Parts: sequence; C-alpha cells; structure tokens
Amino acid sequence: MHPAPSVILFSTLSGMGFGFLAFLGWGAMIPAGWWAFILWGIGYSLAVAGLMAATFHLGNPKNALKAFTQWRTSWLSREAWASVVTLLLLAPVALSDWLGLEWSRLPGQVGGTLAMVTVFTTAMIYTQIKAVPRWHHWLTPVMFLSFAIAGGATLSGQVWASAALLGVGAVLVAVWRVGDQAFAKAGQTMGTATGLDRLGTPTVFEPAHTAGNYLLREMIYVVGRKHVQKLRIIALVLVAGFPALILILPLGCVGIMLAAPVHLAGALAARWLFFAEAEHVVGLFYGKRG
Amino acid sequence: MTALPQTTAKKLGLVIDLDTCVGCQACVTACKGWNDQGAGLSDQDAYGANPSGTFLNRVHSYQVAVPDAPAQIVTFPRSCLHCEVAPCVTVCPTGASYKRAEDGIVLVNEDACIGCGLCAWACPYGARELDADQGVMKKCTLCVDRIENENLPEEDREPACVRTCPTNARHFGDFADPDSKVSKLVASRGGYDLMPDMGTKPTNKYLPPRKKGAADASPLAPLLDIKAKGIAGWLDKMLGNI
Repeated sequence: MHPAPSVILFSTLSGMGFGFLAFLGWGAMIPAGWWAFILWGIGYSLAVAGLMAATFHLGNPKNALKAFTQWRTSWLSREAWASVVTLLLLAPVALSDWLGLEWSRLPGQVGGTLAMVTVFTTAMIYTQIKAVPRWHHWLTPVMFLSFAIAGGATLSGQVWASAALLGVGAVLVAVWRVGDQAFAKAGQTMGTATGLDRLGTPTVFEPAHTAGNYLLREMIYVVGRKHVQKLRIIALVLVAGFPALILILPLGCVGIMLAAPVHLAGALAARWLFFAEAEHVVGLFYGKRG
Repeated sequence: MTALPQTTAKKLGLVIDLDTCVGCQACVTACKGWNDQGAGLSDQDAYGANPSGTFLNRVHSYQVAVPDAPAQIVTFPRSCLHCEVAPCVTVCPTGASYKRAEDGIVLVNEDACIGCGLCAWACPYGARELDADQGVMKKCTLCVDRIENENLPEEDREPACVRTCPTNARHFGDFADPDSKVSKLVASRGGYDLMPDMGTKPTNKYLPPRKKGAADASPLAPLLDIKAKGIAGWLDKMLGNI
C-alpha cells in the first residue's frame, strides 16, 4: 500500500495525541494553571493536527461532514464521531484544570476512555480490510492501542512508561512475525484471482496498460522493501529502546522531552513500514505482490 | 445507506467467457467512450510519455502453463463484479457507495464521495479507481444509463462492453432468474467466482477457457510430403548418399 505521508502523520500524531488526552482525562496526571494549558494543548494539538493531516488524504474534502452519517457500518465514520465526541467531552476538564475551576472530572473519565476508543476505530479502518492480509489481524488494533498507551504514559510521566515502550517494541516484533506470513496464509494467488488455477499456472503475458494507474500507485507499492530489515531495527530502537532507556535515567522533565520526540520519530518509521509492507491482493492480477 | 440490502429482487451482472475473449480491448474502449460523458473519466498525459487515466474495465493477459499440454494465452477482462457482500459499500463513511436493493448494482453517488479511497482498498478486485482530476471514486455502473434507457433501441439496452464485444464473450443478465441466458451459461459451462475465499460473493461469473490439446496432424500435411523430381530429385538422392 502506498505510504501516503498524510495518513502516516495522521495515525501517528493523533494516536499519540489521543493517548496523552486519555491519561490527562483519566487524571493520571492533573496539571494546574499554565502547565495545564501547555500539556492539554500538546494533547489537543497532536490529536487535531493528526485529524487535519487526514483530510489532506481526501480527494474531495468538501463533503467531509457527510462522513458522520454512516456510523452503523463504517469504521471511518465511527472514528469521526469518536474523535469529535472525545475532544468535546475533554474540553471542560482541560478548561477546569487550566483555570482551577474544580469541575467534575467525570467527563474526563468518559472522554479518556473514548480517546482510546478513537484509537481503536482508527485501527479497525485498516484491520477490516480483508484484501490486505497483513492488516487483517487482531494484532493491528493491539499495535495501535499499545502506541497510544505508551505515548500517553511517556508524555504524562508515568513511572511504568519504560515498560510500556518496551511493550510496544514486543508488539511490533509480533506484528512483523505474523505479518510476514499473512499473505501466504490468506492463500490467494494469481491462480485464484483469475480462476485460471483450474487450467494451470498463470503468469503475466503482457501488462494490461502501458503506464501506471491508480491501482498501481495506491495499492501496489513495492518501492523500498529492500531496506525493510534496517528500518525495522531503526524503528525498534527509536520506538522502544532509546526512549525506555532515557526514561529510566533520573532526568525528570528533560527525559520526557528527549524520549517523546524520539519515540514519535520511531512511530513514524514503524507506520511507514505498516503501509509500505502491506500487500493488497489486487497486485496478483498484475503479477506484483504489492 | 451503506448497509447492504439483505436480498435483491434482481441480481444483474455479467458473464465473461474467457474461452472466446480475444483481448481486442473493444470493451475497454466502448466502456471509456460511453462513460466519458458529463464529468467523465479523466486522463493524465494521455499523449505523453507516461499516459494514465481512469478506466472501469481493464483487459489483462496471462500465459498459463498447462500440465501435459502446450501453454495457453488467456486474455482476461477485469471490472466490478457487483458482489452480493460488497466490502466497498460497508466501509464508505458518507453513504456515497451503495448497492441497489432492486437489482444489486453497486454504484457511487459522486456528490457524496469524499475521495478517501477506502472503498478501493476494500475491493480485492481493483474494480474502483479514484479519478485524479475530480477526486471522486469511479466504478462500473453496469451502464445504468443504457440498460434502463427507453430512448435507446431495445438491442442497445445493455452495457456498452457487452454491446460492443465482437466475439460475444460478454453477456449481461439477471442471475436471480435461473432461466436467464446468463444463469444457463454459468450452469452449462461451469462459471466461477474470482477469489471466492474473500467472501464477497461476486455476481459476475467467468467461464473457463477450454483446455486445448496438442493440435492433430494438419490437414495440409500430405501436401508437405513433396517428392522432388528430375535434376532436383537426382541432387536429393546424391546428397542423401554422401
């Protein structure tokens, strides 16, 4: 699948943002005054920046409001609802923390949980796609949620944040191990795609068209696979190893300011792989697993 | 809207006969021609070095290695299969993508499409292409503006690809009716689904190509057994003896 920067930015930034908002909402840390303004601001900025990035992926964004209509069937529509309701529910809690209004934290508890639900709906957009076997697995939402939890735990300075970061690393290794077998396990070949397996073994004789098309650009992305192993190690170090180590050191706030951006950079690398490595079965028609 | 209908009264779709298809691309051209009305199907750099464009129908060609027989070339048209369990419909966040309850045709309401591309991701068959100029999703409509168009002569009320096919490799009809031409073709020729394990229950069916044996001796073979006479015959004999 084409690793579009808009979608990579969207899912990583909003994942970390909603993760942090969840911890703030749950009251895992309760900042006050301008600190509250800054921290809630970081959470909101990440979440909203991510959502804005997502709209750049749309070919026809003027209809974006219509995306709220199909929540009964569409995970993308559910995500739209979950994200907006989360941001609205948490707003009074943020305001209360900032201005010391001491309003009820109940919307924070609900909003915090909904923030995690938002991340889950994001993950399900990918998980539901049966045509991309690497994504169509319960480990996909586990991976997205583990990123949100570790990101939130890091930013909110939880003592167990290092463990959470290492947990994401473990989940990534599991995702890659299972994912590498997923396409073969799905059992689709050029033979089943064309049905010509009942005759013999097909190979492409002549391409269906001269140059590229939407399918080849969007779903049959094969560039950059040769660096996969290196990128995986880089992603692991940046996502888990380095920030986990930093957070163990007694650096306090500075540690978090070092660990969080590095973790985010690793998350971007991991998410790039999530798309670039994912093969869509339509590639079989073209003789390109891509 | 993006919930799939439980059942559809009709199941309109195509039968594509891989035994008679010759890969002439007439269906591709006719489809593009008919559907290029109004907003149409855009092209990019159509006459340049890297031509690209939106097509609702593509013809692939495969070389099939057949056990104990010569290899076969199979030309293979690929377009929307109008699946009963269409994954492209349920993923749509806006309701732009829908399956008609009356006849099962899967359509896109371009006025509601946000161009997120999720339906194209969900389709295992590559049936949908996002138009690069318009930013909205395009797909086969089974030529809804032909099949129900009373301004057209009756013989033209079928999809453009079917109407144009010079070898009659494409057939249009109602699969819900067991006595329809398409249902009978599928029953008699072993029509099959593409990637049935994807659980999409495609409406369109493909008829398998015949397995061809090695050709029998040519009827012209006796003519090839020419005996040289005269000087040529003498030369033939002499050279054969060396």
